[in-house]
Amino acid sequence: MEKKSFFESDSFRSVLASLISIVFGMAVGAVIIAIVGFRDPTLGAKSVGDGIKLVFGGLFSTGRNAEGVLTWGFNSASVGNMLFRATPLIMTGLSVAMAYKTGLFNIGAPGQYLMGTMVSLIVALSIPSWVVPPQIIWFIAFFAGMLAGALWGMIAGAMKAFLNINEVLACIMTNWIAANLVTFVFDVTAYKNVVENTKSGYIYKTSFNNVQTAKMGLDKIFAGSQINAGILVAILFAIGVYVLMEKTTLGFQLKACGSNRHASRYAGIRDRRNIVLSMGIAGALSAAGAALYNLAGNTEFFWSTYQSLPAIGFNGIPVALLALCNPIGVIFAAMFMSMLSIAGLQLSNLTAYNEYITDVIISVIVYLSAFSLFIRTLLKNVGKKEQTANANAEPAKPAAEPAAEPAEAGEAAALDASSNTEEGGKQA
Amino acid sequence: MDNSQDYVIEMLHITKVFPGIIANDDITLQLRRGEIHALLGENGAGKSTLMSVLFGLYQPEKGEIRKNGKKVVIKDPNDATALGIGMVHQHFKLVEVFTVLENIILGSETTKMGFIQKKEARKKVEELSKRYGLSVDLDAKVEDITVGMQQRVEILKMLYRDNEILIFDEPTAVLTPQEIDELMKVMKNLVAEGKSILFISHKLNEIMAVSDRVSVLRKGKYIGTIETKGTTKQELSSMMVGRPVQLEIDKTPAQPKEVILEVDNVCIKSHVHDRDAVHNVSFKVHAGEIVCLAGIDGNGQTEFIYGLTGHDKLSSGEIKLCGEDISHASIHEKGKNMSHIPEDRHKHGLVLDFQLQENMVLQRFEEPKFQNHGFINRSAVREYSDRLIKEYDVRSGQGSDTIARSMSGGNQQKAIIAREIDRDKPLIVAVQPTRGLDVGAIEFIHSQIVKERDKGKAVLLVSLELDEVMSLSDRILVMHNGEIVGELDPKKTNVQELGLYMAGAKHM
Repeated sequence: MEKKSFFESDSFRSVLASLISIVFGMAVGAVIIAIVGFRDPTLGAKSVGDGIKLVFGGLFSTGRNAEGVLTWGFNSASVGNMLFRATPLIMTGLSVAMAYKTGLFNIGAPGQYLMGTMVSLIVALSIPSWVVPPQIIWFIAFFAGMLAGALWGMIAGAMKAFLNINEVLACIMTNWIAANLVTFVFDVTAYKNVVENTKSGYIYKTSFNNVQTAKMGLDKIFAGSQINAGILVAILFAIGVYVLMEKTTLGFQLKACGSNRHASRYAGIRDRRNIVLSMGIAGALSAAGAALYNLAGNTEFFWSTYQSLPAIGFNGIPVALLALCNPIGVIFAAMFMSMLSIAGLQLSNLTAYNEYITDVIISVIVYLSAFSLFIRTLLKNVGKKEQTANANAEPAKPAAEPAAEPAEAGEAAALDASSNTEEGGKQA
Repeated sequence: MDNSQDYVIEMLHITKVFPGIIANDDITLQLRRGEIHALLGENGAGKSTLMSVLFGLYQPEKGEIRKNGKKVVIKDPNDATALGIGMVHQHFKLVEVFTVLENIILGSETTKMGFIQKKEARKKVEELSKRYGLSVDLDAKVEDITVGMQQRVEILKMLYRDNEILIFDEPTAVLTPQEIDELMKVMKNLVAEGKSILFISHKLNEIMAVSDRVSVLRKGKYIGTIETKGTTKQELSSMMVGRPVQLEIDKTPAQPKEVILEVDNVCIKSHVHDRDAVHNVSFKVHAGEIVCLAGIDGNGQTEFIYGLTGHDKLSSGEIKLCGEDISHASIHEKGKNMSHIPEDRHKHGLVLDFQLQENMVLQRFEEPKFQNHGFINRSAVREYSDRLIKEYDVRSGQGSDTIARSMSGGNQQKAIIAREIDRDKPLIVAVQPTRGLDVGAIEFIHSQIVKERDKGKAVLLVSLELDEVMSLSDRILVMHNGEIVGELDPKKTNVQELGLYMAGAKHM
């Protein structure tokens, strides 16, 4: 058996496919900036140039100098804020990716995120910090939030496992139930912030109760930003999910159930328990993201959520897709997405463009990330053609893998046919 | 003598190369007008590739195709259809929610001003179905009719398009023995009416029964064409496999020992009708014997196995395994003393997107050997899987790393057999263990089952293939309408008597 080289490996192709989506998305963004810029007399060629530069390098923009030329360098505030914004995205991305690996589409991340927000905020604000040390309150609030998210995710999981209700439907329903429940609960509690009179509809920052995420010196490295140790927690979670899914017997069971529930049952694996557990873990991850964001101490929660779901929850889907559901990839995908939103801010600060142009780029990337599987197959075919050329050049090579190819050549038709009928059966 | 006018289709010296493999190496196939020509070969011998070339799905590197002596080029399936070539695929291509009539006319509807003229179509189909003895219910939806009738719909589809060359790709794989007989009759009717049939199969009985000539392929090479009348099953199988194959199973009389499985008055409710799917079934299986549950498909065997293995609940009765009451135990608990080769290897046997090594430990990954505090011991799994692959000759592209989906059906089944037998449980439940496999693989699997019996395992076999029932089992229990209607000794009975019991015409 021949060992494949790194460039032919599936993981290389996966990363390449994601990178192609990103580059293409950004290129489309650049084109849009150019079109908008040249059509709008207030912008012009210089703005177009600046705009494109900012989209690609907004993270490292340090403003403009006296002559009005863009300056570049390490911007500690931008990088720090990027990491801060990436934190909850990593968690919701992990939630979606982990569920997807077990054959479930967790579109319920926003609802789980909201439940995590609600419970962690209430716990963090209700335990008096003069009785219990704030650090302890932080941990209680964090785990209480996770637990709430886990239970919320399990509702959809249980509906799927015991009543055979599609998890997507169940998730959409529970999302809106969560949105209304959160509004209702905060409406009748005393956590609404009426001290700062200019604002309404916000909940107290947890720092009112002295509860905030530890900085661990990160605020010194990234001066002027909102960063805290939450990013480290998120990265630890990503590694944890990777280990869980790839190395443990639990991950093996969860993946087996996701891939073929019937065969797993036959093998004596408890499929129902695993589906519920899978959604529970996914819910806990989303909620942990919410807790990390809301316990930061400098964030405020707008409690009237009954008519909108948190975007961070939904953005977990593109993050997971872009990372091809690899937990480690999720870290980078989430950082990339939050980098784009920083770039959007810089764009609106430094040019006459508004930041929504970066939303366009993000949407193009989201679309392409859905295609990343397609791009991957395309790359694979390119690789194959080269191999064929090589095989023709050196007649010795065909002997190396005859066992693999007959299956592809001879059985391919039969396999295609069988998968077709399987799908046909499902549709019916 | 110029014989070329006799042939409707000739494929001359066809060579088709895929990267790394020659799928068809200089193959010549000549189909006479009005004959049933069988194409015989093991899985992966190049039958499907050759037919894909004829159907225009692949372009051959060398060779030419002639119709009625004239050279033709078939670039895509539309060309093939225009030449009157039609194919019944192994897996039917029907729209499940359409009626039979709609499926038949789909794609070549007669329309008047954009409106489908169903009446004319119905007349034509009715006439065809009468002429060839293909009874179908034109207004039934495809999802509601039997597999046998679906196949007749596929045949009518070809006839409706006036095809004269009909290709049947392993048509009997999904049929019951009765449906197979009926299909054979239909095929003979078709050639009597002047159609020519290419019959792809690896089932020797059917080829002997129905074909006029046989062409044999092995590993992409053309071995030869012979008249069916002048040959034997033995000769055909050695042509196909390349070595003499043992068609009869070599086994000594069983020496039953203690009772392993005791089934007492078991009833299981049906999911489709109000009656019991399994009614008052009682029997025993001893160590060292192979007991076969025979019967026509749908007479409660599947439900009984579901009940036995824990996928369905017993409504009454008791099952004891190794002296332990397992009537209401979970699948996991039942698996402690039972291995199970399931009927549907894709749905129940394997996680197709998992690697072969992961499939090999699907039930066992929690055993201390394969895990350490909840972490999978990858090297132990690989070592174990490599050993099974070697012992049971499971062939695949990348050994333990191969994704199960990319393996051939025979090797997937071998992998399941390897896994189940190696679990070393006192009872082996084998449901249709050789379904859809070729002679070489069947021989191997049968010998493994006999070997396990001789080691003292109890084997409960469920099979629809009468040959397998007769040759492999030590005791036959016939199921009809959810009840056991007969217990037979394969040495003292014959297929006819067995058939009578199966049809419910005879009782104990």
